[in-house]
Amino acid sequence: MTAAPVQLAEAGGGPSDAGAPVRSRRRTGKGRRRSSRMAYLLLTPGLLWLALFFVVPMLFLLSQSLQTGSVEQGYRLTFRLATYTDALSTFSPQFIRSFVYAFLATLLALLIGYPLAYAIAIKAGRWKSLLLVMVIAPFFTSFLIRTLAWQTILATDGPVTGFFRVTHLLSITSGLGWTNGDQLLSSPLAVVAGLTYNFLPFMTLPLFASLDRLDPRLLEASGDLYASPAETFRRVTLPISMPGVVAGTLLTFIPAAGDYINSKLLGNPNTTMIGQVIDGQFLRVLDYPTAAALSFTLMVTIVVIVAIYVRRAGTEELL
Amino acid sequence: MTATSKAPAATGAPPSAAPAGAGDLVLSALSKRFGAFVAVDELDLVIPQGSFFALLGPSGCGKTTTLRMVAGLEDPTTGSISIGDEDITARKAYQRPVNTVFQSYALFPHMTVRDNVAFGLQRRRQKEVRRQVDEVLELTELTTLAGRKPAQLSGGQQQRVALARAVVNRPAVLLLDEPLGALDLKLRRQMQVELKRIQNEVGITFVHVTHDQEEAMTMADTIAVMNAGRVEQLGSPADLYENPATTFAANFLGQSNLIAATIAGRDGDRVRLDLPAGSVTAPAGRVPPDARSVWMGVRPEKIRLGPAGDARAGTNVMAGARVIDVSFIGVSTQYLVRTPWDQELMVFEQNQGVSRLHRPGDLVDLLWAAEHTFALDAAQDASAGVIIDPDAVAEPAGAGSGSASGPARSDPAKSGSGSGSSGPVRAAAGAQK
Repeated sequence: MTAAPVQLAEAGGGPSDAGAPVRSRRRTGKGRRRSSRMAYLLLTPGLLWLALFFVVPMLFLLSQSLQTGSVEQGYRLTFRLATYTDALSTFSPQFIRSFVYAFLATLLALLIGYPLAYAIAIKAGRWKSLLLVMVIAPFFTSFLIRTLAWQTILATDGPVTGFFRVTHLLSITSGLGWTNGDQLLSSPLAVVAGLTYNFLPFMTLPLFASLDRLDPRLLEASGDLYASPAETFRRVTLPISMPGVVAGTLLTFIPAAGDYINSKLLGNPNTTMIGQVIDGQFLRVLDYPTAAALSFTLMVTIVVIVAIYVRRAGTEELL
Repeated sequence: MTATSKAPAATGAPPSAAPAGAGDLVLSALSKRFGAFVAVDELDLVIPQGSFFALLGPSGCGKTTTLRMVAGLEDPTTGSISIGDEDITARKAYQRPVNTVFQSYALFPHMTVRDNVAFGLQRRRQKEVRRQVDEVLELTELTTLAGRKPAQLSGGQQQRVALARAVVNRPAVLLLDEPLGALDLKLRRQMQVELKRIQNEVGITFVHVTHDQEEAMTMADTIAVMNAGRVEQLGSPADLYENPATTFAANFLGQSNLIAATIAGRDGDRVRLDLPAGSVTAPAGRVPPDARSVWMGVRPEKIRLGPAGDARAGTNVMAGARVIDVSFIGVSTQYLVRTPWDQELMVFEQNQGVSRLHRPGDLVDLLWAAEHTFALDAAQDASAGVIIDPDAVAEPAGAGSGSASGPARSDPAKSGSGSGSSGPVRAAAGAQK
């Protein structure tokens, strides 16, 4: 057999699998230069877009927040930092409320979205595509319409409120301060429910994506290695789906924290969120510096929270 | 040793353990149906504690389903599984003292090698996890890779992690589902040796599922040849090779020349068989007792090409065959010859430097010792278990052995494998019995 000498020669190399790294090391300098130039080319349109429509407006916003004056007399850049302290001391309840609501909505969306995504990814079989379409279906209607629909769903003479009343859940939620009197609408409960509903697809889809990639044989292997189903979930399924959890919670928390539609349509004056305040300051009070200062603070706070969260979740280790 | 459902007298079965010995794995009337398809059909099997047992068969024969039922990953339709005296049929996978090395390895991608290996021990709240893991990492030569993630390992290394992760739990039975299937040839050889070494060191019962007859023969003490959900034959590699009980076993393990024959007469311990032209004798013990027509079988490497005049007493001679193809392999020469009744037969001649090379077109006589002749019931399909090998189809002369036997031939002294080259070695072992 002509191949024999070749194979022997290879065998002479010893147990070569021992140290063979998987990544390819060989890459010529020329190749790297070309591929990095290509990378820049591909990045350019996106970077330009961001620079024009994100960085520049951010700078305007920052500058606006440090100006003094009025709409009638015009504004001047005076670097008045007191705008920030004034705005924060006035609106800190709305700030805190926004983050609490956003946190609750994110948590609820995770609790609803995870089993949903798990079922679609692992148990749905041939119904997978249909169920996915159903998750996305609400996007065919506008955000505003969907939120208005919740006014009907939670209407005081509607079936949901009726159910809450009959089961005495309503008196419990009222006792906790989540609802007022004998209605569900115009309450913190309604706002959080609306937020949860509106952002659920943003939670479900990344979770689905990560669970769909989960190799079912890993679950078998875990069972084979003495892990009960609960332990398998905790040790294998959940850690492997962490990138999806992180992506989903970010995609829910960030827009929920700045949302002002749900609290406006489903809440009451005591459920005002910071988005509503900014909206009011910009468009009705016309106090541009305060509105800009609040916007800027909101953005920085979210960035800080997200940075801490992503670091603690340690998702980079999963890749 | 229990014979099997089909029970073609498991010839020379290994020393039968006491029924359900201390930790024997016992499968009783085990069946699995998927709808109308019967994957495993009333399987009865006793796998002695501490043995290296191979379930060998073509894909779809039910071997993997059997393994998965033992692991608890598939529920049997009927029948029971027990280890020693303990019936584990109803237990969940995570409650069974059984571990599996998966074909795809199924390593946890988010854990290091060390954490992967420690997983089973931690789930059972074992003490001294660290020490036990260290020992097994050493055994599998993974110590230096303990901190790596599976994605940073080569295929062979991942395979060893999968093995270490299972072995560390000291299960009563270790199941290996085509564990070497994803490795290249060279690595597969290396791992075969390593698996055997590890099995010797830890002394755990290994049940190895494979479709590679060479791999099964190299490693296993006992092989169960499976076909269509049943065990065709059970025995040691040498037994199975030398005394195939069915045409499937004769063709699936190595190669056989099967010729339609009728029994012309019995004479003490000799049976005379009439071939389409001429007749041969076979030992009475290797002929089904009350058959009239049979398949006369002889392994290709048992046949010598030569002038009939050379024949000594006790040699079967089949004259007038024509060489139609020759492939010189070095260790041996493989001839394809055509009999006077137009049947093609394989002949492997060892390269001992004594006989001259024949050329296509040469007229030759086939000679083989009478005791190397066997006969199988003619009711069976003569082509059952023939391995359809794409390489073999491409070049019929090279069909002498499975496509996987290349490198084995490069080192005949090792003789580890290759249906072609392992045959004679096993034959010697078998003949002494």
